Amino acid sequence: MTQRAVCEPLIFEHSRPGRVNRAQSAHLGGELNGIPESLRRKHPPRLPEVSELDAVRHYTRLSQKNFSIDTHFYPLGSCTMKYNPRACNTLASLPGFLGQHPLSAARDSQGILACLWELQEMLKEVTGMSAVSLTPMAGAQGEFAGVAMIRAYHDARGDDARTEILVPDAAHGTNPATATMCGYTVREIPTDNQGDVDEEALKAAVGPHTAGIMLTNPSTLGVFERRIHEIARIVHEAGGLLYYDGANLNAILGKVKPGDMGFDVIHMNLHKTFSTPHGGGGPGAGPVGVSEHLQPFMPIPVVGRDDSGAFRWLDEHDLPQSIGRLSAHMGNTGILLRAYIYALMLGREGMVRIADYATLNANYLMARLRDAGFDMALPGRRATHEFILTLKHQAKEPGVTAMDFAKRLLDYGFHAPTTYFPLIIPECLLIEPTETESKQALDAFVEAMTAIQAEAEKDVETLKGAPYSLPVRRLDDVKAARELDLRWQAKA
Amino acid sequence: MPFIPHTEDDTRAMLAACGVDSIEDLFDEIPPELRADALDGIPPGRDELAVSRLLHARAAQDAQPLCFTGAGAYEHHIPAAVWEITTRGEYYSAYTPYQAEASQGTLQLLYEFQTMMSELTAMEVANASLYDGATALAEAVLMAVRANRKSKARRILMPRTVHPRYRGVVQAIVHHQGITLELLDYDTAGGHINPASLPTTPGDITALVIPQPNFFGALEDADALTDWAHTHGALVIGVVNPTAMAVITPPGEWGAAGADIVCGEGQPLGIPLASGGPYFGFMCCKQKIVRQMPGRIIGATVDLEGKRGYVLTLQAREQHIRRSKATSNICTNQGLMTTAATIYMAVMGPAGLEGVARQCHANTRALVQQLGEIDGVETVFDRPTFHETVLRLPRPTAEVLAGLSERGIFGGFDLSADYPELDNTLLVCATETRNETDMDAYAAALREVLA
Ligand SMILES: Cc1ncc(COP(=O)(O)O)c(C=O)c1O
Repeated sequence: MTQRAVCEPLIFEHSRPGRVNRAQSAHLGGELNGIPESLRRKHPPRLPEVSELDAVRHYTRLSQKNFSIDTHFYPLGSCTMKYNPRACNTLASLPGFLGQHPLSAARDSQGILACLWELQEMLKEVTGMSAVSLTPMAGAQGEFAGVAMIRAYHDARGDDARTEILVPDAAHGTNPATATMCGYTVREIPTDNQGDVDEEALKAAVGPHTAGIMLTNPSTLGVFERRIHEIARIVHEAGGLLYYDGANLNAILGKVKPGDMGFDVIHMNLHKTFSTPHGGGGPGAGPVGVSEHLQPFMPIPVVGRDDSGAFRWLDEHDLPQSIGRLSAHMGNTGILLRAYIYALMLGREGMVRIADYATLNANYLMARLRDAGFDMALPGRRATHEFILTLKHQAKEPGVTAMDFAKRLLDYGFHAPTTYFPLIIPECLLIEPTETESKQALDAFVEAMTAIQAEAEKDVETLKGAPYSLPVRRLDDVKAARELDLRWQAKA
Repeated sequence: MPFIPHTEDDTRAMLAACGVDSIEDLFDEIPPELRADALDGIPPGRDELAVSRLLHARAAQDAQPLCFTGAGAYEHHIPAAVWEITTRGEYYSAYTPYQAEASQGTLQLLYEFQTMMSELTAMEVANASLYDGATALAEAVLMAVRANRKSKARRILMPRTVHPRYRGVVQAIVHHQGITLELLDYDTAGGHINPASLPTTPGDITALVIPQPNFFGALEDADALTDWAHTHGALVIGVVNPTAMAVITPPGEWGAAGADIVCGEGQPLGIPLASGGPYFGFMCCKQKIVRQMPGRIIGATVDLEGKRGYVLTLQAREQHIRRSKATSNICTNQGLMTTAATIYMAVMGPAGLEGVARQCHANTRALVQQLGEIDGVETVFDRPTFHETVLRLPRPTAEVLAGLSERGIFGGFDLSADYPELDNTLLVCATETRNETDMDAYAAALREVLA
């Protein structure tokens, strides 16, 4: 039976009135004596009434409709879809870790605090920053913390004329969105035809109104920003600070430290570089690293260690100038633990090897695809851990888009690369193989791309109709947005 | 090499295809002065066995006292099926469902999640998660400022009965945008916001936050507060405990018109305590303001053949399309946690969830009654509570908690740092995971400590 034949109803459609899982609730009950009638719920929520088996079967079947790293090559650029070692999940899920209440006393939490403290230390070393706060819960929250620290820094100096954050036009959307959340206006800096930041435009843009610049290096174009020192000088001389978006840290781990490039504040996406799972959308972890002058402003809590070697949470009493808390507790502790376990297994040699083989895989795949006739967006440049292929010629003749290629790749058993990002490259596929894929997996991808190109030349409709072999054919996004259907409703 | 599959032959062939002699050559665009020294501060790699031994030791090092503390994170039983299924690789190791056709499992599950959260709160729609309860409240405040077009004041009324950490997080996030949070004090008898104490001419208010139950465990007069806010042109933001929703009036039914935005901490729905995370924030709203909602939203649609399917929708609100004008900067959310919560709600069903809520309520009442029999221990507020209650102690709270800790009991949350006027008080909680033996143990230990 093909996947297409299986249509899994909604869990609500499996529901039968009165079906109760006694194994989960036999002992439960009790009177609501303390709650007056006027405050009580009148009708129970219409949650599904299914057996435990119904639920297990339903969600197992749904899982089988997903592509994932565990099942497919998933070269989604900028997302670093590398293998998520199972040991990280197993060990982070030990009952001693899972059972700990977040408000437990420090003396009852020395084990977990030791892990987090060592992670802070390792991240400091590998990024070349003076201090690290682990609390941001994803890259975007790390960005928020970073830009809020830039603002706190200028404010503390009474420098309140700085109202603008510079962002390259190739930047990820979270960068400008973050600058706005922090109360800044955003000025875009163009990219030159080699993929580097346009230095003349930057020089023209900076001034006493510049709070800082947000940069990704390697950039979202998959190339190393070669004039980073010059950029740092221009921005620093204007009195601005440099923010490093660490989404692409995998490419340079242990090779180049953001601190050495002149960045004042950075975030890391542990759910990328440190291999914590993406979980179908999250959770992630976006620790921030700072140089010395931003240390007083770090988000709390931070793990500290006193002279006796005991660990404790540093809070607003230790860091009175902190930008504050960004979560009720310590952010995504369980994700931090997974990153810690991964870092222990890699060790110092393993970290550098990541950059080596991520780069080798990307350059190999780029070379093979180029030899197969595909156009690179920046042909003269080395790939970093990722690279961009443009299908602008194919879009004219025979008339297939990056989206068509992406959808057809799914039929061939590959998750599609990132499409239409960065926005400045037409019809692009941003391809990031990661170091955990073998040569054989990459070769198979090249074969699929070549076969799809041949299909396109023969009959574009083959691609336009793709995918054919997945649980659904191509879905209608426009209808979804026009005729909003955001939840199931019981039929009257 | 850990997690790198290349054989020497592979590497050689790949380098040849790239036209270079060594991997090092691939880094030749990086200015040499930027190259880092060896990572001496990082220990050498260890294998899985060695790391496993270390982590087992660390996990065993931390005491696991009998927990009577809630204060925003609650110990509940989690059916074994929940995490068995949630950690299947197809959920665990997938990315955000950008390629909808290859992500129908995650997308359908999230559509079910949105439906369940809407049902639980009696709201029209829900999003697919935010980071945690505290940031969800911050996002709700930002959303209210966008959605309440009539209000120009960017002024939010924030009761002191809202979780103090949430208030701190909201302040840290929204103050950059010129939004002011005005604190509302609580009624010292009830431990709630007394609607009679609210001004009759409050001026331009953008939104009123209503916690239900509030941080003291007390139930607010949500109907009266909602009607008051709506009368004065303010939106209502409910911040609610999802377990409580099974038995108390959901925000969609507050007052005449219901709350406008509802958010909260999803942890009670199948997420382990885990030292504070990962948890997840949820958010629901009235459909007419859904275009102001932050975060991922899943919608149903059809494919080329008319078959039902699910996609990320209303993406024009989000950072990857709208950039500096997006509703929020959020990108990665807490997907795997909502997966667990969805399976939890399906396995528990309405009867199971109501059972949990009733048992939490009954257990906390029983505990409070038992502790109240001890000399000098009494309840502080007289409002009805759900599953937490504030007790007054005859001795300083820190001292009492330390004594309880020596006896293997995590006795509750000390309110004095956040509420200086509530010295010698303790916020206690007994969920369905505590039984009579546990409560007897607590009472006996407290008697000893206070003796
Ligand atoms: C370049 C870049 N910056 C920032 C982000 C945002 O990170 P997160 O999704 O963890 O919030 C991403 C990932 O989505 C990214 O690729």
